[in-house]
Amino acid sequence: MITAIRIEELDILLNDLFTRYGYDFTEYSKASLQRRVQRLFTLDKFPSFAEFRHRLQHDPQYFRRFVEEITVNVTEMLRDPSFYRTLRSTILPVLATYPFIRIWHAGCATGEEVYSMAILLKETGLLHKSLLYGTDINPQVIERARKGIFPVSQMQKFSENYIQSGGIHDFSSYYTANYHLAKFDNSLTGKMIFSTHNLVSDFSFNEFQLILCRNVLIYFERGLQSKVFKLFDYSLENFGYLALGAKESLRFSPIADRYRQIGKEKIWRKVHEAG
Amino acid sequence: MRRAKLMVIGGSAGSLQVIMEIMSVIRPDFPLPVLIVLHRNSIFESNLEELFASRSQAIIKEVEEKEVILPGVIYIAPADYHVLIEEDQTFSLDYSERVNFSRPSIDVTFRCAADVYGTDLVCLLLSGGNADGVEGLGYVKERGGLTVVQDPVTAEVPYMPQHALSQVAVDFVVAAGNIPAFIKGLAFLPPV
Ligand SMILES: C[S@@+](CC[C@H](N)C(=O)[O-])C[C@H]1O[C@@H](n2cnc3c(N)ncnc32)[C@H](O)[C@@H]1O
Repeated sequence: MITAIRIEELDILLNDLFTRYGYDFTEYSKASLQRRVQRLFTLDKFPSFAEFRHRLQHDPQYFRRFVEEITVNVTEMLRDPSFYRTLRSTILPVLATYPFIRIWHAGCATGEEVYSMAILLKETGLLHKSLLYGTDINPQVIERARKGIFPVSQMQKFSENYIQSGGIHDFSSYYTANYHLAKFDNSLTGKMIFSTHNLVSDFSFNEFQLILCRNVLIYFERGLQSKVFKLFDYSLENFGYLALGAKESLRFSPIADRYRQIGKEKIWRKVHEAG
Repeated sequence: MRRAKLMVIGGSAGSLQVIMEIMSVIRPDFPLPVLIVLHRNSIFESNLEELFASRSQAIIKEVEEKEVILPGVIYIAPADYHVLIEEDQTFSLDYSERVNFSRPSIDVTFRCAADVYGTDLVCLLLSGGNADGVEGLGYVKERGGLTVVQDPVTAEVPYMPQHALSQVAVDFVVAAGNIPAFIKGLAFLPPV
């Protein structure tokens, strides 16, 4: 039988990592974290928890692998087409009135969301005056996002999402396919800045008109969610927009009373500055 | 046996009709929470809440992340997310890789539920065309939970329950028509 990592052992591990490397996962939702840690433990065939713990404490390279493996980096271009339709029809026309547009994708994984946004901006004639920041805790996915190269096998799904989201061009005009890889256009990549950034511990680095943080907060406990909401609030201009994942909400957050939801989508507008 | 504190129902192809029948015995006074993890394949199955609400008076809602799990409520796994359960008996959602080509995956939720609820868990596996849920059901059994499988003979798509029977020493095999009454009886057992 496979040794199971118990929740108490998980706590020990997380405390180690915080002390040793300054990465704080203690306020992550435990059920998901436990699954991921268990998966890594099994994958790398550790004979005991003690050895796993020892390796993590003494091998920074292995700790890097830990961060790469326990984060859930699954993503998709134009995921939830109706969300992108609302961006296109309701949010972008407002952003168009600004001389310069700054957008932050927090927890962007391999960047599909950022490329989706760039396509929308290009089609609405706004890309030239926009800058898109994509950040993630996992350096490996950020490296991949920078390259803008995705498996060709995913293009059909992305193209379907594109059409459903109101796209009117030929989706394949945005990339060049080479064997099994699709490389997205330099005109899109040119407006992107990718960087590692840890939402738990790193500071705000600019003021934005739109922040997207989708399917990241589900991995955080409520207390940590509140802290991150405050970081977003601080990083968002007045009348800026905050967009969350399909199953996430601002409702229980300390900033909720100063934000107004846009229709049924998970997009909120900041209507008052913090007092 | 102790009275269960959570019931999880996993179903795939051909299970919708059975679940509809189950709904009619779940009233607001149902003494435990019910979580339904269903593979949905068509747009037709996108609004399950409404569909189920036509059969049951209980509160029916899609799982929300960090939500406290309450008795008498029927929770439905949202499309495209795994449903996990935390030690403090709240839900979490997870957008990680598909398991058995499925998200939500029945295996994932059965396992998580077994870790938290142990012997206080009832898991039911219904009709379906893939093996999702079988491994999880074995784990539930291992942790002392009660395992129930729809009799494959009465299943529209027998593969899933059949596979479960071949892999797991399940506690009960129940014909589709008897499942609602079976569930009701189980839930209202007097506590020992
Ligand atoms: C499921 S992906 C979401 C990708 C994309 N936003 C989407 O919705 O498709 C979650 C991402 O959050 C990142 N993440 C987790 N913890 C983080 C943290 N503390 N700071 C920044 N990013 C984090 C993970 O590395 C992962 O890439």
